[in-house]
Amino acid sequence: MNTPTWAVELDHVTKEFRGSVAVRDISLKIADGEFFSLLGPSGCGKTTLLRMIAGFENPSSGDIYIEGVLMGETPANRRDVNTVFQSYALFPHMSVAENVAFGLHMKNINKADIATRVKQALDMVQLGTFGDRRPKQLSGGQQQRVALARALINEPEVLLLDEPLAALDLKLRKEMQLELKSIQQRLGITFIFVTHDQEEALTMSDRIAVMELGKVLQVGQPTEIYERPKTRFVADFIGECNFIDGTVLAVENGAVTLETDGGVRVVGTGMFPVAAGDHAVLAVRPEKVRLVEGQQPQGTNVFAAIVERVAYIGSDTRIIVRLPDGSPFDVWEANTVSTLDPNQYYTAGDPVYVTWATQNSLILER
Amino acid sequence: MYNARTEQRRAWLQASPALIWLGFFFLAPLVLILIYSFQGRADDGTVLWNWSLANYQKLFADGAFWRTLWLSTWIALVVTAITLVVSYPLAFFMATRSPKIRGVLVLAVMIPFWTNFLVRIYAWKVLLGNNGVLNRFLGQFDLGPLQIINSPSAVIMALIYGELPYMILPLYAALERFDWVQLEAARDLGAGRFQTFWRVLLPQTLPGITAGSILVFVPTVGTFAVSDILGGTSVNMVGNTLSLQFGSASNWAYGSAISMIFMLLLLGAILLYFKATREVNDGENPG
Repeated sequence: MNTPTWAVELDHVTKEFRGSVAVRDISLKIADGEFFSLLGPSGCGKTTLLRMIAGFENPSSGDIYIEGVLMGETPANRRDVNTVFQSYALFPHMSVAENVAFGLHMKNINKADIATRVKQALDMVQLGTFGDRRPKQLSGGQQQRVALARALINEPEVLLLDEPLAALDLKLRKEMQLELKSIQQRLGITFIFVTHDQEEALTMSDRIAVMELGKVLQVGQPTEIYERPKTRFVADFIGECNFIDGTVLAVENGAVTLETDGGVRVVGTGMFPVAAGDHAVLAVRPEKVRLVEGQQPQGTNVFAAIVERVAYIGSDTRIIVRLPDGSPFDVWEANTVSTLDPNQYYTAGDPVYVTWATQNSLILER
Repeated sequence: MYNARTEQRRAWLQASPALIWLGFFFLAPLVLILIYSFQGRADDGTVLWNWSLANYQKLFADGAFWRTLWLSTWIALVVTAITLVVSYPLAFFMATRSPKIRGVLVLAVMIPFWTNFLVRIYAWKVLLGNNGVLNRFLGQFDLGPLQIINSPSAVIMALIYGELPYMILPLYAALERFDWVQLEAARDLGAGRFQTFWRVLLPQTLPGITAGSILVFVPTVGTFAVSDILGGTSVNMVGNTLSLQFGSASNWAYGSAISMIFMLLLLGAILLYFKATREVNDGENPG
């Protein structure tokens, strides 16, 4: 007997298509009312996983439970989940209201109740006056809301969202992120959200599963995923990251010292068991690195470097410097002072020192 | 000078080749037939110039003609219905293949066009005749012979065979445009297979069904070669009556009157059909 507190449970789920493995032995437990994101590059298996939960595909092996019930080969129309499709998949021959009513219609609910609930659902997505329009007469953002209302009106246990915001422009996407999150919190429905946009996942999710090549690499809260990535791939995929390869010299109270091939020593927090002599990589995020001009700062994690390129992007300035061994290194500085003075910023060729605190850098498997 | 009148004149000028073409090939023959239908027949079989409604009076009292029209309509309806039912799954199959295989299948559907239609109809005679391939095969098992040739069944079979591509291709075109994710969306929202077909796929392929049905019905209802070759004297369709009037009976005036009435009835039927299917499917063209 399964504990019914999990909205969705995946138990060693694998999916193969003609010999190629799309999803590889994934086990996950997603809690009731959770906003859970599947994040990964295209082809990582996240959409296949979602389609198996929806019932459009069956696992090659392994089991899927929804609210504690083993799904087996239960078809999509008999699962208590609904999907918001990437392309929205609205029915073009029906009005907006008919689209939204479709699910209730299939359940043979009486017409008066359907009308009331359609109105509520359209009001919820701020399309109360659009019921008589055709989907093609709406903007992309409005169509997206119709797709959301059409799915949510069925009050599913779990709502599956397959990159629903991918087709929207940036501003609208940010608005919809907040709106989706607030709807989810209000209704308390479990959302499983597929995206390749790491910022979107970080903004909205209670927990994130980072996927690559059909496998889940790490599951955790947004802060864990961003601040304590377990692998180089996760660190690289989520946000920007600088990597320095080296050999372990010493391990002391969780602080690992690496020596680079150029003989420079760097120190970071160990994220996996290491011993002296192992190969490892230090990871540090560009916003956690400081640039210092003039005198060489004291302490560990200090490199002399030359400014190569400076990109002003409004909220920050992004500086690419070159380390003595020739490798590029990203540094972001928040523009905390409003100024038009170009001398406030670095210029190419400036000699600088890059430095960061030990607790801000991680030692990962190479 | 650039004003509305020169603009209008230019539009007419640009359209004139098309208008001349249409006028010469469609309007002129039609007017000619309309004029003929009010004339008479001279003893030598030419048109006797004598304006009257006599042909129409004769036509409305001509029981044989109305029986012929009824048989033609009935055969055309049966042929259209069976062609539709056979073609839809086939077009569905074609539209859901990979693009490469789709091309091959479309080509395969069109291959029969490479052979002369009459030759193919005579082939059916060989197949269905009293001493034909089918009856000889049945004879091996001491069955038959079936009297298919010279009956409406033979005509219907050959018409279905001949008209299939005209139904398959518009259906295929409609299905190929269909956004298949919608089928998953319908299932996701609780629709079973039948509801998904009935409420989502069918309404959106209705333009293809309409086009295919008209493309099959119109030539079928007016056919004369198939009914002539495979139906013999027992299957008399409107086309046969017309070919008789314009041929051996040499009554062009009466034949013209039949043509006019037949054309008007057909036009009315098609308009009604369009109206009916558009009402069901008014979502396809919003605004």
